[in-house]
Amino acid sequence: MAAELHVALVAADREVWSGQATLVVARTTSGDIGVMPGHQPLLGVLESGPVTIRTSEGGTVVAAVHGGFISFADDKLSLLAEIAELSDEIDVQRAERELERAKAVGDAAAERRADVRLRAATAR
Amino acid sequence: MGAQLRVYKRRIRSVTATKKITKAMEMIAASRVVKAQRKVAASTPYATELTRAVTAVGTGSNTKHPLTTQAETVTRSAVLLLTSDRGLAGAFNSNSIKAAEQLTERLEREGKQVDIYIVGRRGVAHYNFRERKIAESWTGFTDEPTYADAKKVAAPLIEAIEKDTADGGVDELHIVYTEFVSMMTQQALDARLLPLSLEEVAEEAPSKGELLPLYDFEPSAEDVLDALLPRYVESRIYNALLQSAASKHAATRRAMKSATDNAGELIETLTRLANQARQAEITQEISEIVGGASALADATAGSD
Repeated sequence: MAAELHVALVAADREVWSGQATLVVARTTSGDIGVMPGHQPLLGVLESGPVTIRTSEGGTVVAAVHGGFISFADDKLSLLAEIAELSDEIDVQRAERELERAKAVGDAAAERRADVRLRAATAR
Repeated sequence: MGAQLRVYKRRIRSVTATKKITKAMEMIAASRVVKAQRKVAASTPYATELTRAVTAVGTGSNTKHPLTTQAETVTRSAVLLLTSDRGLAGAFNSNSIKAAEQLTERLEREGKQVDIYIVGRRGVAHYNFRERKIAESWTGFTDEPTYADAKKVAAPLIEAIEKDTADGGVDELHIVYTEFVSMMTQQALDARLLPLSLEEVAEEAPSKGELLPLYDFEPSAEDVLDALLPRYVESRIYNALLQSAASKHAATRRAMKSATDNAGELIETLTRLANQARQAEITQEISEIVGGASALADATAGSD
């Protein structure tokens, strides 16, 4: 059996996902980072972007994460985010509408949020 | 029906109606307490992980940050008071206001100027009535606070603490909220939120005694701390808002329960009085009939 790491993806008001995984890819402020079991202890600042978790069962979980932190130690990885959504929770139509609206008013933050949601939803 | 009896009947009807209302409010509050408690529990993983991360940076590096450095002389402090928008919660609001007043007094005795920030319409009304200055206030979300609300509250406070004292900034931040101990006990208390002492955080951390690994910071310890500390403050404020909401609902439930009990007692007393009045009326009627009949009998006997 391959080595595993325990992942907890928590948003400010709930635990979004937790379980065993073999690889986690997230976007930090200095670029994408992949964490596998046995990685050295790490604490980083996340950019808003999709997070990909390869679970031990061979599945893939994709979540849209808007800002937050990644911390890893002792094969335990926690992803802290103010807002986090799993890809299958995302309402694609709503995100598309949101993207158009944000583009129209020129709200860069909202545009980015909608874009991240859409990318996470399509990466499923 | 006699006048007295009618008055009693009317009062019984009105008290019964009031009792129905307070009973309904009690039940609504009871269901809201459970919901609020669930929200407190749901926010715990985030708070725990965040505390762990702050501890890790605090012990793993000796970085200085405006949110962790204690000013040499504190000239101005901010007090954040959490109250509720609506009353009917017993002593809930007056307790937290009283706690804030005591804290303000203590700080002023230490020679500090106090800026007050208020959440909840009750606290705002209290200060406005006394024509005291409020630095900033927020209302409308105390029953069910969201994380976005906590961010909204935290933003100006963090800004004020990062500003120089000479430009109207503050040196420390205190928070007064009502801790939800249990369904029956809620306690108004004050705590110093900023400047944050990393040692205190380390003590609070659940991983006490566990040796923290040497972290690799991405991009750097300073940047991580920069991003981490405001989030930590927000999460503490969020937790305080949730606890206050749960406490408020518990206090409402208790107040409404005793109102319902009192209404029940009142109805019982009034029913007894009404029965007595009815009985007195009947007795009077009988004695009037008997008196009338015997007077008639006397009159007939006399004419014979």
